[in-house]
Amino acid sequence: MAETIIEVRDVHKTFISETKRSLWSRLAGRPHVEKRVEVLKGVDLEVHRGETIAILGSSGSGKSTLLRCINKLETIDAGRIYVNGHLIGYEERGGELIAEKASITAQKRTDIGFVFQHFNLFLNKTALGNVMAPLRDVKKLSATEARDIAVPNLEMVGLGDKMENYPSKLSGGQKQRVAIARAFAMEPSVMLFDEPTSALDPELVGEVLAVIKKIAQQGTTMVIVTHEMQFARDIADKIVVMDQGVIVEEGPPSRIFTVPQHPKTRALLSRSGILPS
Amino acid sequence: MDFINNTFAVFPALLVAVPVVVQLALGAMALALVLGLLIALARISSIKILRGIATFYLEVIRGTPLLVQLVYIFFVLPSIGVEIEPVPAGILGLGLNYAAYLSEVFRSAILSVEHGQTEAALSLGYTPSKTLWKVVIPQSFVVSMGPIGNYFIAMIKDTALTSVIAVTEILKTANILNSQTFQTTAIYTAAAVLYLIISLPLSRVVVVLERKARSSG
Ligand SMILES: Nc1ncnc2c1ncn2[C@@H]1O[C@H](COP(=O)(O)OP(=O)(O)OP(=O)(O)O)[C@@H](O)[C@H]1O
Ligand SMILES: [Mg+2]
Repeated sequence: MAETIIEVRDVHKTFISETKRSLWSRLAGRPHVEKRVEVLKGVDLEVHRGETIAILGSSGSGKSTLLRCINKLETIDAGRIYVNGHLIGYEERGGELIAEKASITAQKRTDIGFVFQHFNLFLNKTALGNVMAPLRDVKKLSATEARDIAVPNLEMVGLGDKMENYPSKLSGGQKQRVAIARAFAMEPSVMLFDEPTSALDPELVGEVLAVIKKIAQQGTTMVIVTHEMQFARDIADKIVVMDQGVIVEEGPPSRIFTVPQHPKTRALLSRSGILPS
Repeated sequence: MDFINNTFAVFPALLVAVPVVVQLALGAMALALVLGLLIALARISSIKILRGIATFYLEVIRGTPLLVQLVYIFFVLPSIGVEIEPVPAGILGLGLNYAAYLSEVFRSAILSVEHGQTEAALSLGYTPSKTLWKVVIPQSFVVSMGPIGNYFIAMIKDTALTSVIAVTEILKTANILNSQTFQTTAIYTAAAVLYLIISLPLSRVVVVLERKARSSG
């Protein structure tokens, strides 16, 4: 078996939000109520080098949260996450977990590419500027070195002719391709995609999926949260189905899409028209 | 016709004060920009004492008239042994005052930068402070250009207040001329026109800056 790139062990995550109190209950001095939602209830996941994992699941099942925990955009309450053997978010000293310094977290994140649903391109930079920025600011490369890496990456995503465009002059599909190039140019050990095509007009979905597929075929390790069932079936080595904060089923697409075991998987597949309902 | 001729005639005498106004406005603006940014950062910092100091500063400056602040710096500080020349005192007073207002511009501009920008930077391996300096602040600066420009124009007009602390800017120069020639109407009309000549083109520039900031969003 190829080496393990991501190891998620028994991860729990609870969001605590203070419910808004009415003016009256504040004046009356009633204690505020904390709303707790356990979003991840013990998740285990392993991703090996070169693998493509697709995470499916209905809205609110915790897919984004899991992905965001992997690069510590969210902190976990319990469990362990390792990326390339490095514990994320903490240092382990004699069995004890100590929160790590922000600079250490940052260093670990350079090894994890993240692609957001809403692209999050730097609005004050051109396509080329977006891809060059982290190479310069984080990897400390010279302008020439950064450009020499950024240009081929933009060409790879088919944007060689749009390099000087600002995000406001790019379509959604083009923006997402720049975002992919920006993350990929950092040469991370793994790429995480959180619904990369959900914010796109239907006719722009294809061009982005094609780029992701291209990256997968280069042997990139990746985890994709997606609602594009056919795409997941097409490129994933393993399908993971989440529901209400746990993984309810996982396996090769050939099995998941034909003989799903869990009722939630069956419901999900019939809802997207893959299984007859 | 005499009035217009007289007004034109006193113009050159007032023009000598323009370099002083430029010096005051540029010096005070530089101070206000740097200090304003620091105050804004202190206000959004996670360190409570920094927030406290910044908020206190803001309350004091905004709760007292600029004129009183200038007088305080020039006439009160010497009593504790701090003597400052008129022009530096003017720069200091205007700068400290405008820093408070600019800090609010910076703070709201920083807070207006979308959270997605921060998350993108963090996900790419930027540290929190690098995210602030390389991603958030440059973008907030674009948003701030218009308001900063407007404050700059307001500051140019406020340089007139430094006449009370012996700075020979436009108003003080006009006062001196008036006491010598008593052409009150012509002199003060010329002074007002001079302020207009400076501020009108600048407000056109601000409009252009604002339009640019909007279109880059
Ligand atoms: N910052 C937050 N504060 C409070 N609750 C949150 C927060 N983020 C997510 N949640 C809640 O956690 C649950 C899981 O959210 P998550 O975004 O992980 O779901 P998802 O599987 O990605 O869904 P979707 O398909 O809609 O993107 C939801 O009920 C959501 O309301
Ligand atoms: Mg999601």
